[in-house]
Amino acid sequence: MKLTIQVNEGPYQHQSADTAYYFAKAALEKGHEIFRVFFYHDGVNNGTRLTTPPQDDRNIVNRWSELAQEHNIDMVLCVAAAQRRGIVDDGEAERNGKDTTNIAPGFRISGLGQLVEGGIQSDRLIVFGD
Amino acid sequence: MSDAKKFMYINRKAPYGTIYAWESLEVVLIGAAFEQDVSLAFMDDGVYQLTKGQDTSGIGMKNFSPTYSALGDYEVSKIYVEKESLEERGLTLDDLQHLVWEDEDEDYAEKDSIRLVSRAELADVLAGQDVLFNF
Repeated sequence: MKLTIQVNEGPYQHQSADTAYYFAKAALEKGHEIFRVFFYHDGVNNGTRLTTPPQDDRNIVNRWSELAQEHNIDMVLCVAAAQRRGIVDDGEAERNGKDTTNIAPGFRISGLGQLVEGGIQSDRLIVFGD
Repeated sequence: MSDAKKFMYINRKAPYGTIYAWESLEVVLIGAAFEQDVSLAFMDDGVYQLTKGQDTSGIGMKNFSPTYSALGDYEVSKIYVEKESLEERGLTLDDLQHLVWEDEDEDYAEKDSIRLVSRAELADVLAGQDVLFNF
């Protein structure tokens, strides 16, 4: 089955970031295809490479990056949500005059249309969040 | 439209305490360009999103409630409001904005967008959708 996963909550604050990850991993292991993982609301905070969790805790951001690279998954941060919360890639830094970037490897920033397209193109859209 | 999916946006939270309501509305507006069969549902505290006379001047947040009245222009004409959620909060339809859309097939006659449905009826509507966006 072709799946799009929407993650609405930030890492560490909320279990959704973990359950979405474990769901994605399990789905891939079962042979399903992930069309896209779309991060919205505080979920965009899953895509900052500046995260530094304590050493004895899981690294949620790196975990996503590794999953994306291993399985070539399209992971998209909503641009409007990312701008509000300070998640920046090269394009956004240039457009908005920011002096740095913080997007983690394997993520890209794009529009909400990518979420709607995920709903259209996939067999199931699964939302993780409150 | 034959390939269009039935998209429903479910709104369950009050408008300003969290950002879900506003960012949900942003998805609806963007999604309108994709020509799917769109409907919205308002339940639980989400019914507060549609109330009349919202004034955010005291909290420094943007009052986005006027945007709901533009949904008709985005061809969003099916807005389901759960009756029990209104009643549990002491609200009636009169407390909500009067939302309308123009029917091109009937000489642009203005029609009500809001459909008041019971919890059981809304469950049936949800069961008939292809894609549920849950906010």
